[in-house]
Amino acid sequence: MWEVILSKYNYWIYAFMLMIGFYAMMAKNNLLKKLIGMNIFQWALIFYFISIGAKKGATVPIIPGVHGHHGAEHLVVHAADYVNPLPHVLMLTAIVVGVATTGIALALLIMIYRRYGTLEEDEIIEELKK
Amino acid sequence: MIEQFPALIVVTPLIMSFILFAVSWWNKRLCFPILILTLSACIVFAIGILDTVIKQGKPIHYYLGGWDPPWGIEYVIDHLNALVLVAVAVVAWLVAIYSKSAVEKELHESKLPQFYTLFLLQVTGLFGITATGDMFNLYVLLEIASFSAYAIIAMGERGADFAAFRYVIFGTIGACAYLLGVGYLYILTGSLNMADLSHLIPKLFYNKALLVGFAFFLVGVGIKMGIFPVHFWLPDAYTLAPSAVSALLAPLFTKVGAYVIIRIMFTVFDPSFSIKLYPVMDILGWIAAVGIIFACIMALAQSDLKRMFCYLIVAEMGYIVIGIASGNRLGLTGAILHIINDMFMMACLFTVAGAIMYQMGTRNIYEFRYLHRTMPITLAVFVVGALSVVGVPPACGFFSKWYLILGTIQAKKWLLLFVLLASSLINAVLFFRVIENAYLEPREAHAHAHNGGHPIVTLDRVPLNMLIAMILIAAGIILLGLFSGKIVMNIIDFAIPANL
Repeated sequence: MWEVILSKYNYWIYAFMLMIGFYAMMAKNNLLKKLIGMNIFQWALIFYFISIGAKKGATVPIIPGVHGHHGAEHLVVHAADYVNPLPHVLMLTAIVVGVATTGIALALLIMIYRRYGTLEEDEIIEELKK
Repeated sequence: MIEQFPALIVVTPLIMSFILFAVSWWNKRLCFPILILTLSACIVFAIGILDTVIKQGKPIHYYLGGWDPPWGIEYVIDHLNALVLVAVAVVAWLVAIYSKSAVEKELHESKLPQFYTLFLLQVTGLFGITATGDMFNLYVLLEIASFSAYAIIAMGERGADFAAFRYVIFGTIGACAYLLGVGYLYILTGSLNMADLSHLIPKLFYNKALLVGFAFFLVGVGIKMGIFPVHFWLPDAYTLAPSAVSALLAPLFTKVGAYVIIRIMFTVFDPSFSIKLYPVMDILGWIAAVGIIFACIMALAQSDLKRMFCYLIVAEMGYIVIGIASGNRLGLTGAILHIINDMFMMACLFTVAGAIMYQMGTRNIYEFRYLHRTMPITLAVFVVGALSVVGVPPACGFFSKWYLILGTIQAKKWLLLFVLLASSLINAVLFFRVIENAYLEPREAHAHAHNGGHPIVTLDRVPLNMLIAMILIAAGIILLGLFSGKIVMNIIDFAIPANL
């Protein structure tokens, strides 16, 4: 039981963070807290992707001492020695997407606060019913 | 030149959106011509692609940056997405023509450049989602389309900012669920390329993680396309957006989402995964059945025309899901045909709602009395759209519904057949409620008209560009209906996987 949890702790952390973010998005009344929940949700995903790309004792996938195409074919490369960089590269894009979402959401929150004078969801709904 | 079209159709609107914004500092009046020119170019690209695909009979592969798949990003265009690309381009072009007067009335003058920029970004995202052959690239383009949708919806009337914020929250959950699905597939296969995945996945069919990834895909795309249990954001966001915006988003975004579902279920995952291995089709069928009935009843309860149409979208998405859930050639033909038809039908209904809003300043159905005297053309267009949604030939809605019904009969899913027929009846009631309020006059008014001579009929006081766009969309509905046999035989037949 405990081995299952400890050996895959990165997945447990990511699942736990996803749940925290999801709870905040659904249950919180304050829109800014919802936005923070959304950020936690996105960051949980980023942790998840980064952790699947991690490897103990491996190095960056750059082969030293080889320039251009000459000589590359003579070199024996053990794929196990290198980290797969793709999940990390994907997450660079996902971070940009996350920043853009946060930017749009913050701009919307400024608009909402200026119009209704509050960020509490129930008060805004009250105000909209008038 | 023509081999560059798959990239050009995405890159052109992207670059032009920035150029348009820069030009607007110098001269605001140039924005609209740039928008129309760009979208016209996109129509040329889309038709060129479709023509090439039909002629060569096999998909076009475009390697971005010359990197071979599965390492590089690849754009793959086969019969299915070529058809969707053409439909998106044509509908976006028509809505762009329509949008000029509508936004000039509803938005402040300083907002117009932003509107046109976001319009082009939205179209970029939709083209990209349709054209790409890479799972992660699809996520990024889905987010580009969503971002422009969030911003453009927030420009609307009172309450639109709050609706847009809720859309941000739900849209992000959807996008994250999709990305999780991509992560699961990547862990299992080490690939992001759709064609590559379709070879790798059948070996992993009994893997539980694959099933979890599949579920995340369905939930994520389902939220984005507004399928029934996760549609909460849709009615508010599309009702409160400016009318040109809902005329753009309502037909296109949800339908492109439906295309993504079909792509994932039938290309990336082998069709037998969701038909034979797991009861995915039964679950989808139940969801669609409940969703259609729920959406139709909710639509009946609305007095706001646009909100009624919004619930109708949820019902129409249910129809497409029914076509998928039939799990046979006929049903999938119906679903694909319905994606195309529904783009035109929803464009028709939402442009009509915008035109009525433009002239009358109201969307309340019960204030539509005598509308046939002041807006005869708009109402004629509305009747064409309404007949198509109800499913009366020769409007296009009939033909896709026909295929959907045949599909459910072949699959022996009688519940879905019943829901299709029952919801058509509810749709008829729904539209006759509006038509009755707009066309028929109360008795006392009729007597009054007899005393005072003939009632005066005036033409619509809606700008010409809006009228022309609406008439063209209505003509498109009839033409799609008349040529639906040709579309099915020449395009859709090739778009359906051979092993279905």
